[in-house]
Amino acid sequence: MDFSVAFNAARESLPYMLGGVGWTAGLIIGAMLLGLTLGVPLAVTQVYGPRPLRRMVAVYVWLFRGIPILVQLYIFYFGLLAWLSSLPGLTGIGLDSPFTAAVASLGLTSSAYQSQIFRGAIQSLPAGQLKAARALGMTDAQAIRSIILPQALRLAIPAWSNEYSILLKDSALAFTIGVVEIMARMRSIASTTHEPVSMSFVAGIIFFALTWIGVKGLTLLENKVRIAGYTRQGAV
Amino acid sequence: MSEATPILEARSLVKILGGNRVLENVSLDIGRGRVKVLIGPSGAGKSTLLQCLNFLIPPDSGHILLEGREVEKTSKRELCAFRQQVGMIFQDFNLFDHLSALENVRVALMKVKGMSKLEATERAVAELKRVGLADKATLYPANLSGGQKQRVAIARALAMDPKVMLLDEPTSALDPELIGEVLTVIRDLAQAGMTMILATHQISFSASLADEFIFMERGRIVEQGSPADLLARGAQSRTQAFCSKISELTGESGQSGQSGESGQSGESGQSGESGKAGAERRL
Amino acid sequence: MSMPYLEFLRGELGPGLLDGLWVSLVVIAPSALLGGLIGLTAGVLRVYGPRPVRWLTECYVSLFRGTPLVVQVFFWYFALPYIRVGGHGIVLDPIPAAILSFALCSGAYQSEYIRGGLNSIKRGQIRAALALGMTTRQAVTSVVLPQAFRRALPGCGNEIIYLIKYSSLASIITVNELTGTATTIAKNSWRNIEVFCTLGVFYLLLVTVATGLLRLLENSLSVPGFERPQS
Repeated sequence: MDFSVAFNAARESLPYMLGGVGWTAGLIIGAMLLGLTLGVPLAVTQVYGPRPLRRMVAVYVWLFRGIPILVQLYIFYFGLLAWLSSLPGLTGIGLDSPFTAAVASLGLTSSAYQSQIFRGAIQSLPAGQLKAARALGMTDAQAIRSIILPQALRLAIPAWSNEYSILLKDSALAFTIGVVEIMARMRSIASTTHEPVSMSFVAGIIFFALTWIGVKGLTLLENKVRIAGYTRQGAV
Repeated sequence: MSEATPILEARSLVKILGGNRVLENVSLDIGRGRVKVLIGPSGAGKSTLLQCLNFLIPPDSGHILLEGREVEKTSKRELCAFRQQVGMIFQDFNLFDHLSALENVRVALMKVKGMSKLEATERAVAELKRVGLADKATLYPANLSGGQKQRVAIARALAMDPKVMLLDEPTSALDPELIGEVLTVIRDLAQAGMTMILATHQISFSASLADEFIFMERGRIVEQGSPADLLARGAQSRTQAFCSKISELTGESGQSGQSGESGQSGESGQSGESGKAGAERRL
Repeated sequence: MSMPYLEFLRGELGPGLLDGLWVSLVVIAPSALLGGLIGLTAGVLRVYGPRPVRWLTECYVSLFRGTPLVVQVFFWYFALPYIRVGGHGIVLDPIPAAILSFALCSGAYQSEYIRGGLNSIKRGQIRAALALGMTTRQAVTSVVLPQAFRRALPGCGNEIIYLIKYSSLASIITVNELTGTATTIAKNSWRNIEVFCTLGVFYLLLVTVATGLLRLLENSLSVPGFERPQS
């Protein structure tokens, strides 16, 4: 291996690889938002909901946490979404695109994990918080919205940043169904240039940088919404 | 004792927790402007009783009446309306940790009473002033002392214009030097005519406020009567025995609420108040 | 879509996936074992190692935790042969390459739990052991490690569950384990939904059984005060 050749190949490939960052970012943002919008109600249901609903959430979580992300990508892309988009009325709205399938499987899996993050955060709040809200005449919905969730979501940010870095790494699997994100570009350029070593280093560095940026961003967010002196037992 | 319709009345409350009868057929009522004090050993059911009174712990059977009207506990809406009229003070304050002192007082005014932000803020400031914390409005619970937290909690409850206040050992989580400020607020409330049911171990302090002592043990009301009667020298009451035991244990550190008044001698016959204080210290 | 699902399952899909399951286990078991060993070593070094060693292990851990596993798999299988040492590239067969990448990646994660477990042991425990006349080495092996291991166990077990799921990545480098077999069957039969959903069920069972076994292990090692934290 000639280092200057490798270095030049890496430098030349950089713009093309960085072009994948947009797709990767789209996947992560889509999946995190999907995971958040489903994860919060799932968590609330699992803590406060009636028993049959709690059971259903537990099954949902078990399903999505038990099936590998790669298998889910295949189920969604080659199976479910392909079938759905063949139904009348659902054709031609992009349901069968690799990107949709990737966001769906990453996001649904993430919703299962995020629901457990939020559940943990809700359960770590002292029971007195809900009691005090009820004692003031709040309905449970009001109490959850204005007392429980604002605290739980803040507590969940560190775990959330962990979830981000997991999603980022999982998103690299989307190349298997044809999303042209970083990993896909790395593979194709590695095979044309015969420089897989330097290419995998470039990809590794890009992913590393994205992890760092995201985690820093979430730490900033955490500090921004932090409440003076507010720490949880054990988290000090 | 009760000449008018009681503000709050509980009839034969029963609560079973984990197979234990925590409340055994407890009934009590309280008239406007009265102060009743629950005393008794820990585990007697005082806290459960207070929390049953506003359905934070739903009683297994029994009835609760607010101004003569029974509260329909199956109706969520009625329950919320009822709880607005019953202020609750907790042992461990339960301030909302993510809200400043002002926001703590304001949040229910806006969410529950539907006040505008401006109106609610004005009211919250006034209540904080009333408990002497106007200058702490912007602080978060984590930056308040225990005594200040409890005063914010009292302001939060008062802002809802409750008809009756339930106070569940409001000073037992406090360091001794912080108890006084909270007791002062409670005394002011009583003097302003607030109806209160108070569970406490501050015997001498509460004896000076209470119209009635209710002594509980093992989920039952064992004795009730005026503090003067129950604590009288040689009264042979359970209350008296219990109180003297408490004062033996806490004797030298003092009931810091008014240690100045009942202070050194513990002799009866000075003022009425320190006389009762003396009663608990003697044996 | 002529054959009914059950017949398809019994005749083709089931036997195929069972073969794949065997290959999966052949990949998972050594990876888990190696990963555990690497994680234990790295974890201990990160806490007790001399400074340069600590720094090196930190680098290893952040490198392998900071990049996607699929990039690592790609590197060990496709890129390694291009690194010439004395004129020879290192060519790994698919299964060893998969085991190597899973073990190295898993080890990095495992070391986090080991380190956390070690750090959670209060200093007083070591002091008390030293006060009894133990050597530092004795104190670490007979007091600190047994406690740290119990603390680390739930996390390490969780990591093994992850490993089971991520073993599906071996299919990308042509290992015919569960996922690889399923892909082939799907291609030949055109019954995507059925094949991949059945594949999902296989993983669910695998993960559920493994979780149960780990739970049993934890319970059999449990000591009062070392209860598993709420997951």
